[in-house]
Amino acid sequence: MAEVELRIDPLTSHVRTARQVAVALARRAGVAPDVLDEVRLAVGEACGLAVALQRRDDDPEPVVLRFEDGDGLAVQVRGSTGLAVAQGEAAIQLLSDAAVTDEDDDEALPAGAALAVLSELVPGLQVATGPAGPRLELRWPPG
Amino acid sequence: MDLSLSTRPEGERTVVDVAGEIDVYTAPQLREQLVELVDSGRYDLVIDMERVEFLDSTGLGVLVGGLKRVRAHEGSLRLVCTQERILKIFRITGLTKVFPIHDSVADAVASTD
Repeated sequence: MAEVELRIDPLTSHVRTARQVAVALARRAGVAPDVLDEVRLAVGEACGLAVALQRRDDDPEPVVLRFEDGDGLAVQVRGSTGLAVAQGEAAIQLLSDAAVTDEDDDEALPAGAALAVLSELVPGLQVATGPAGPRLELRWPPG
Repeated sequence: MDLSLSTRPEGERTVVDVAGEIDVYTAPQLREQLVELVDSGRYDLVIDMERVEFLDSTGLGVLVGGLKRVRAHEGSLRLVCTQERILKIFRITGLTKVFPIHDSVADAVASTD
């Protein structure tokens, strides 16, 4: 069991770094090579979502990604933008509603789509929201 | 690698060649390119995604936004993609029903449906 924690300022340019770290650690943790693309995409979506929420609110706090390898790879993504408390499906809905991008942006797809992609890629996806911010837990293989 | 974009006319259509990663950071560049094309009267677009290495939901949003823009002018937006890992993302989100996806630029350019 080994842990890696990555703290990034909420800049969209850092999301790529988070994806690269996730794939490197997944590989090291023995996650099957054909699943690495899923890890890349899912961690990117989760991290991108947390970053988008904080940018919306001008919240400069870092987004924290915690990776734990042991039996596969577990990833926790934590943002700091406080949201109403909810768990599971309710939290997914809340995040989806909250993460809508710019008002003048007619591309309303991303917020809901990020979570749709995540739910599809990560069967054991756990999502919780609370006053301390959203928390997403991803795991390969699904626990 | 970052995103690289280039465009070229193919008859009435414009081919947008996209290479690299389309994500939350680079997607705005693609959006600007599409807006610029539509503003300059290019309403029939073919987006060649064969050299795209990564696509996230933000990128999908930009493509959907592009589709809305060209449709407002009765135009079209076709994608060229044979990469399974990219196609999978369109399937997950149900967007294979929204975008015509072709195997080659020649096929997309020749398409009339």
